Amino acid sequence: MDSMQSQTPRPRLSLGPILYHWSREQVLDFYAEMLETPVDVIYLGETICSKRRLLRPEDYWELAERIVAAGKEAVISTLALIESDGELKTLKRICADERFLVEANDLAALEFLEGRPFVAGHSINLYNQRTLSFLVARGLKRWVLPVELGRETAADLLAARADGVECELFAFGRLPLAYSARCFTAYNRDLPKDDCRFCCADYPDGLLVATQDGEPFLALNGIQTQSAGTHNLLPSLQEVTRMGVDLLRISPQSQHTAGIIEVFAACLTGDMDLASGMSKLRDWTPSGLCDGYWTGQAGIANSPMERRV
Amino acid sequence: MELVCPAGNLPSLKAAVDNGADAVYIGFRDDTNARHFAGLNFGEKQIREGLKYARDRKVKVFVAVNTYAQPSGWSRWTAAVDRAADLGVDALILADMGVLDYAAERHPNLNLHLSVQGSATNPAAIGFMHRHFGIRRVVVPRVLSLAQVANLIENVEVPVEIFGFGSLCVMVEGRCLLSSYASGQSPNTFGACSPAAHVEWRDTPQGQETRLGGVLIERRGHGEPAGYPTLCKGRFTVEGEIRHAIEEPTSLNTLDILPGILAAGVSAIKLEGRQRSTRYVSQVTGVWREAIDACKRNPQAFRAKESWHQTLAQVSEGAQTTIGPYHRPWH
Repeated sequence: MDSMQSQTPRPRLSLGPILYHWSREQVLDFYAEMLETPVDVIYLGETICSKRRLLRPEDYWELAERIVAAGKEAVISTLALIESDGELKTLKRICADERFLVEANDLAALEFLEGRPFVAGHSINLYNQRTLSFLVARGLKRWVLPVELGRETAADLLAARADGVECELFAFGRLPLAYSARCFTAYNRDLPKDDCRFCCADYPDGLLVATQDGEPFLALNGIQTQSAGTHNLLPSLQEVTRMGVDLLRISPQSQHTAGIIEVFAACLTGDMDLASGMSKLRDWTPSGLCDGYWTGQAGIANSPMERRV
Repeated sequence: MELVCPAGNLPSLKAAVDNGADAVYIGFRDDTNARHFAGLNFGEKQIREGLKYARDRKVKVFVAVNTYAQPSGWSRWTAAVDRAADLGVDALILADMGVLDYAAERHPNLNLHLSVQGSATNPAAIGFMHRHFGIRRVVVPRVLSLAQVANLIENVEVPVEIFGFGSLCVMVEGRCLLSSYASGQSPNTFGACSPAAHVEWRDTPQGQETRLGGVLIERRGHGEPAGYPTLCKGRFTVEGEIRHAIEEPTSLNTLDILPGILAAGVSAIKLEGRQRSTRYVSQVTGVWREAIDACKRNPQAFRAKESWHQTLAQVSEGAQTTIGPYHRPWH
């Protein structure tokens, strides 16, 4: 243990909500496996498409209880784009349950969560200190930095935060870049959204979009557009620790998520060196790594740090 | 139903006013607004002249300060809010909760509209912004169907403004980072999508290529028309097939569903295009003025005139138009 070596505590690890449409069995097996990993916080729930109902809020609450029983924190995540009355009703029901912390991903959730502790997800546009203090006054306990913001803004916000307010970074995974009313997976199958046949289930890590010269570029996940490249802050672990970041989020992928968590955990404690960690991550990601947003470049870019390690 | 028209400079503002706008929206000359293009927008002198021109003709002027401020640039956003308030503009169009909080506290009598970049698509979201910042209008992102817009209007206290014509943003505005993923600059951070400085055009043996931040977003045959290179309208390879994976390069045009829009209780229709020419502003404003007036006079008998469509087609990007998200099958 090297906790004496640094003045700030090491960031904890969190597991983001599953963004894809996996089968019920796959989801349940996945969480059973996650309970055995060193991840500290697990976010659960459907955040992308309200038509995906293989698990209901009751199922997530039950899972959350198991997570808490295993000594981890459970947070219930909510839909990122709310359009219909039905979606609003489900959201209200989730927000009304006070057993677990809830992550707001649409402004609507802020309305329902006001007055009690909540997490603001990365799709809530929290770009400055005034927005941060405004939301802290409404009950914000933790916020996930919007993914296009980098270390400079993170440092400014960390310096301005009130005591006890936690900052979480999206540290590993295909970047959540955009949301639409259109389901792009169905669109690319020439299916209307109303008759989508849940074709997104065929793409457990999203449907790859490459440029015409063959470079992987984006991944389509229903109404969400992601980056094809996997955003990875492993090379910046020392820096984010020094800055006082509280949590690092690993976004689930269909394969190797437990291994990825182990790599982050081992690199944080110093039990694994960065070069070994990076070599594992490179083998485990579908279309390469990127970290441009963190260093103030285009999100698709690789910082010299990322390339060197 | 108010007609809200774009103006990227003083001649366009005058063109909008002269052709029947009820309100004109403009931006300051920096990254505080979502149409931050070189040579566009208003300095102090143009704003004063524009305000006077519009006022004398009983047309309102709205100022958009609708990008997201980061700590290092914060004072630029508060200065923009203060400046708009001092000028006595009819409304300020804001997106950022921090900026809204500042404006509501500092200028309690100023009309605040929630920008489309504010990403409010449901009654709870709009209620939250209304309760805290007293917004008096909401501009909704181009993702709702007309039935959803109608339902929204029934369930909110705040008047609703929708986009009626112009470029079609497929993503929830204010929450689309595609541009910064490729170029480092997005509508939220820089005030422009796919900024010109990051666009490259190349003539190659394979065809004409458009790159954004070095990423190939379009390759077309020689002689095929080229629209403004927004990333979401490029052609990509999906499962071995080259296609418009996200959206075709079409423009939004809701003329044909105008009676439905009126019946839904929409308070204002916004035309997109502060980055477009003065000719575009005059023609589009003129057509929409005529269409709204005809529709109000007799909604049952309303049919969009062929001449209106022809005029709009001449100034549409990609020469194709769509009803887009307002029409359920688009989804």
